[in-house]
Amino acid sequence: MDGGVGLLQRQLVDYRASLFNEGILNEQFNQLQSLQDESNPDFVVEVVSLFFEDSVRLLNELAKSLDQRNVDFKKVDAHVHQLKGSSSSIGAQRVQNACIAFRSCCEEKNVEGCLKCLQQVTKEYYLVKNKLEILLKLEQQILAAGGSIPVQSEVI
Amino acid sequence: MARNGVVSRRRRTEGFDSSDLSKSDHAQQAHVLAVDDSLVDRIVIERLLKISCCKVTAVDSGSRALQFLGLDDEKSSVVDSLKVDLIITDYCMPGMSGYELMKKIKESSAFKEIPVVIMSSENVLSRIDRCLEEGAEDFIVKPVKLSDVKRIKNYMIREDRSSGEDRGTNSRKRPRDGCDSLSSSQSLNSPPPSLESKLFNRFYPTVLRPSPSKPPSPLFSLSPLPSSSPLPRSPSPTPSSSPCAPLDSPTRRVKLINSAHVMPS
Repeated sequence: MDGGVGLLQRQLVDYRASLFNEGILNEQFNQLQSLQDESNPDFVVEVVSLFFEDSVRLLNELAKSLDQRNVDFKKVDAHVHQLKGSSSSIGAQRVQNACIAFRSCCEEKNVEGCLKCLQQVTKEYYLVKNKLEILLKLEQQILAAGGSIPVQSEVI
Repeated sequence: MARNGVVSRRRRTEGFDSSDLSKSDHAQQAHVLAVDDSLVDRIVIERLLKISCCKVTAVDSGSRALQFLGLDDEKSSVVDSLKVDLIITDYCMPGMSGYELMKKIKESSAFKEIPVVIMSSENVLSRIDRCLEEGAEDFIVKPVKLSDVKRIKNYMIREDRSSGEDRGTNSRKRPRDGCDSLSSSQSLNSPPPSLESKLFNRFYPTVLRPSPSKPPSPLFSLSPLPSSSPLPRSPSPTPSSSPCAPLDSPTRRVKLINSAHVMPS
């Protein structure tokens, strides 16, 4: 029913706006959304899923690296750099910011600081994962009901 | 990521991720070789390029890129006749960096004319300078957006795919079907851009560019910079052997701008 799709679409718009307002997602996510079309209807889900897999791997590597007796900060920094890159590519702003702070601790070779940063990055990651799963589920529901995903107007 | 040499999770033909190679109706599309060790970034850049009507081959390392071009020691090229119209590469990669890859390409007589674009998550002026001086057409600060890809399409069109044409003397290409015709209306009879104009174009991609026959007008001031090009961070106090650590920033850009008679703010 049209009313049903309309309601879902409004929910999506509001939810998405809240994620932008809270700084969880940024404009880059809109870029990804705009790359999705009928010929590539699963593009966003695909990229986000890859991001999830990649992030889990990197977070595990980071925990392992920081658990060593002699921490290899170059290795830690390399992992954080990768995570920063992929989070930036999908628009996961808070994860990206947490990675930037993490890199400072790496530069200072501060193990305690790095562990705190890892905690923060992990927290931000699970937050964005949770939110994106809800968002993408809403999108899938709209598409399944025959509707289209509303485009977000430019965030000022 | 992708340490075991896997190019793409989805397609593993010959170890390379090449799409649409067999479709003859795409014969006139530009072919881009994209190099990035991050799988997420490879998927995104591939999509950005395809949506801009390019054929894409995405590889995960500089050595894979050289292998594809046939520049590695084994001289094994997967598809000899497949021309590459542009190479876009990440700067920071394990093993060979994008900068080193570009140098190897520029040193080769067969491929030095192929335009190379560098991408980096770090907006470090000295890095940008170095890449442009080594011959990069452009430097994109990640995350890459559609507007970035539209901009670099201009470099591809200047490379005429018909044989025997030199850069700068190209005849007009026919517009790509179903694609944005904006880029095909750009002037093609332009000399290779100077380093000054490359830097100008890098920081003012949306500003109407002055005629290529003269240097950037001294009336353009350098400030304010567009928000998409933040000022670089101050250099790290301790030298680092990591290839991706912030480099100390010389004042080369200021020297170049001064030589072009543009007043800094």
